[in-house]
Amino acid sequence: MVHDSSARSHDPLTAAEDWLAGGRKVALATVIETWGSAPRPAGSHLAISEDGDFEGSVSGGCVEGAVVAEAIEVIETAEPKVLEFGVADETAWRVGLSCGGRIRVLVEPFG
Amino acid sequence: MDRTLLHGLNEARASRRGAVTVATERHGVQQLLLEGEIPGDALGQAAGKALRTGKASSVEIDGETLFLNAYVPPVRFVVIGAVHITQALAPMARAAGYELEIIDPRGAFATPDRFPDVTLHAEWPQDVLADDPLDAYTALAAITHDPKIDDPALIAALQADCFYIGALGSRKTHGRRVERLTEAGFDDAAIGRIDAPIGLDIGAANPAEIAVAILAQMIAAFRRRGSESAR
Repeated sequence: MVHDSSARSHDPLTAAEDWLAGGRKVALATVIETWGSAPRPAGSHLAISEDGDFEGSVSGGCVEGAVVAEAIEVIETAEPKVLEFGVADETAWRVGLSCGGRIRVLVEPFG
Repeated sequence: MDRTLLHGLNEARASRRGAVTVATERHGVQQLLLEGEIPGDALGQAAGKALRTGKASSVEIDGETLFLNAYVPPVRFVVIGAVHITQALAPMARAAGYELEIIDPRGAFATPDRFPDVTLHAEWPQDVLADDPLDAYTALAAITHDPKIDDPALIAALQADCFYIGALGSRKTHGRRVERLTEAGFDDAAIGRIDAPIGLDIGAANPAEIAVAILAQMIAAFRRRGSESAR
């Protein structure tokens, strides 16, 4: 009743299942490790469809764009991949976590 | 992740059943463990801990790094009685991250004026709970002092195996309650699941302090559920 109704419509795992049921290919990004002041805890999900729709969050907005781009590649290759994001100048990524934290994100396709 | 596994996970979440997924970095999510069916091996123990804490973590098992993600249903905190203690408890529980809902058929008590922004049911517990049943992720505190109101809720909580069941009243009051529940067919083990007198023993001397004692006892029961030190 009061618990899930509003959260559910923005739930990445529900969105992923809906997209799959609609015949779209989907990837799931999951925070698997955090250091420092990471914005979202380990276990947080971002679901991404092959056409670039996404639901959920792995960083509160800092790196979602990069994760979505990688996820579309993961959908094409059907191979899981681990991404690492940190302070911008410490990584090869052009996006970073301004909070100074670091996160590792597992991106996997749905089979 | 296999899509049938995703479906099973979403079903577990929709039915408020705890679940843990097991993933490797090379292959993604490989396994879904559902509460009540978790094995006793090293993986099962790690999964049990993940469910208790609600935290995702990596564990090393047989030389392999596994990522365990825990899906814990949100706690439902039902308080029977729109009384003075409840007025103190509602904002405290919210500050600690638990939204409570109040059931009290006495319309003069269960008013939005007394409980702003709290889910209120000015109905009998058995009517509310028939529409929205209790479950293992529900805590129930019965604090009306009136057996006509408290007893049906306590019986529903015992039947649903709520992780926390507390009942207000002196030892003498509780003694009479035990007699009634025994007559209703509950054994000592079941009745022993009721924390009474309610609340951690902190010498609480007023309604707000009793609210602290109840909230702390409920949190302890939640965080230690399924572990040997549970009670």
